[in-house]
Amino acid sequence: MSLEASIRLTLGPLNLEMALTIDEDEVVALLGPNGAGKTTLLRAIAGLVPFRSGHVTLDGKVLEDTATGQYVPTERRPIGFVFQDYLLFPHLSVLDNVAFGLRSRGTPRRAAADRAVQWLDRVGLKSYARAKPSELSGGQRQRVALARALAPDPRLLLLDEPLAALDVTTRAEVRRDLRHHLASFQGIRLLVTHDPLEAVALADRLIVMEAGHLVQTGTSAEVTERPRSQYVADLVGVNLLRGAADRGSVQLVGGTAVAAAGAESGDVFAVIHPRAVSIYRSRPEGSPRNVWPGRASNIELMGNRVRVRIEGEVPIVAEVTPAALKDLELVEGGEVWLSFKATDVMVYPA
Amino acid sequence: MRRERVPIVVLVPAAIGAAFFILPLLGLIVRSPWGDAFTALTAPETVEALKLSLLASLSATAVGLVLGVPLAWMYARVEFPGRDWLRALTTLPMVLPPVVGGIALLLAFGRRGLFGSWLDSTFGITLPFTTAGVVMAETFVAMPFLILTVEAGLRSMDRRYEEAARALGASRWRVFTRVTLPLIGPSLFAGAVLCWARALGEFGATITFAGNFPGVTQTMPLAVYLLLETNQEASFILSLVLLLISLVVLVGLRDRWLGSA
Repeated sequence: MSLEASIRLTLGPLNLEMALTIDEDEVVALLGPNGAGKTTLLRAIAGLVPFRSGHVTLDGKVLEDTATGQYVPTERRPIGFVFQDYLLFPHLSVLDNVAFGLRSRGTPRRAAADRAVQWLDRVGLKSYARAKPSELSGGQRQRVALARALAPDPRLLLLDEPLAALDVTTRAEVRRDLRHHLASFQGIRLLVTHDPLEAVALADRLIVMEAGHLVQTGTSAEVTERPRSQYVADLVGVNLLRGAADRGSVQLVGGTAVAAAGAESGDVFAVIHPRAVSIYRSRPEGSPRNVWPGRASNIELMGNRVRVRIEGEVPIVAEVTPAALKDLELVEGGEVWLSFKATDVMVYPA
Repeated sequence: MRRERVPIVVLVPAAIGAAFFILPLLGLIVRSPWGDAFTALTAPETVEALKLSLLASLSATAVGLVLGVPLAWMYARVEFPGRDWLRALTTLPMVLPPVVGGIALLLAFGRRGLFGSWLDSTFGITLPFTTAGVVMAETFVAMPFLILTVEAGLRSMDRRYEEAARALGASRWRVFTRVTLPLIGPSLFAGAVLCWARALGEFGATITFAGNFPGVTQTMPLAVYLLLETNQEASFILSLVLLLISLVVLVGLRDRWLGSA
């Protein structure tokens, strides 16, 4: 049982071309920056956005195929959709919102109400059945939206930025609940987020997309350990370089060579953790193979560490302790030398 | 909080503008022969005219809802060639002198009119100078208010609610009746009330197309105008009744539509 989609479409500035397969035993998160086309892809899978070419197949049943002209309208697809700002019907009670999908699919009024109450009980909002959505808090609305999407027993659950509309305090709590509900849902689960923490916390597998295209896919460990795009590297907070590896050295596009341990060759990514980068006021002596000068361009406090962005031949971010920063008497714009060991450069094929 | 002083250049014309509306109403209230009010109101002609007015204006509103809402939906949701022209045409009665509208209706639906002759010869249906003709004349003049209001409501509503309903398995009809209509409820209500109020006060198109037959086509405004020549005092009273009805409607609408804070 799986979802298979291959979609090409153009919408305004977005040129989307994505193919994905999602199995029932995994929670998948589409991760990417704003404007990457994540929501558009989700909407296309739901049948809400027409696409130029491609197909969507759910459990072997074709929902849409531009080659054969098959199209199952949204209202006849076995889907549950949780929208970004939930879109609870403001004129209906919480109960009627949750019962809406069941009623639409022909469940008699009484049975639909009973099921809706069960679902409200499951998300802990039974006592709010008669309330209007406007009387609920953000976290409660999210839970009603989830209950409304799940009540008709969909085969495919689509969630668009399910936590984005919440404030930071409620987010952690709702995320835990959502994780639990995702785990107990018997079907295919796909969620969209631009928040890496959310993606890692909720999903087993990440699909990273940028500008309408797939960048990387894998478990959260695979993606965070081996970033394949600047976007992911920035999310994880590591330096990502790309070049041609040859006998312990990586030749970068700009001409700089980075010494690296390992026997990779060919087109590679090289990752250097900011903590592995040392900063000096004058050229350091000693063993590190990678030494070059630069200018501190941006100094930022992150928790109990300080991140220093150093512009040079290759821009590199270094992480030092506040004490070390004080000893260096470093200010933005100051001249520095940086160094890192060849053994701290992790190289993997591009 | 300190209140800002209203500039005199605004205050004076604003006051004159307000007086311009208030004085005629004051005249009507002060000069009406209140002692004869009861007699005038219970006179059989008056009761007949009032009944006919209510019947015709409510019918016009019903027709407006049945035909106008789909038309507004087309304007708001469907891109079709000539849409802007068609919208302009169906809005025309708002600016057209109602008498001209009445003449146009006669030329189309009169006994020898473009369609009227066909209706007459094929079905034996005659529209002008009947109560149905009154309803037609009123609908012609009043429906544009409903169309425009409902279209504005449809355009400003968040269509993603409709998508949410579709994703929950709702058919298009169910989406329309359970989501779209309730969400544009205030516009729908305001449009219907405006349409009804306009129909209630309709004079020119009605007298031109439907004539002035007591009990059949003589509505309140027609009765008022006629009484002005025979029984001025009674016409004042009837005017006052129309005024009160309009006032009640406007005050009722205020919260929903005229946006009192």
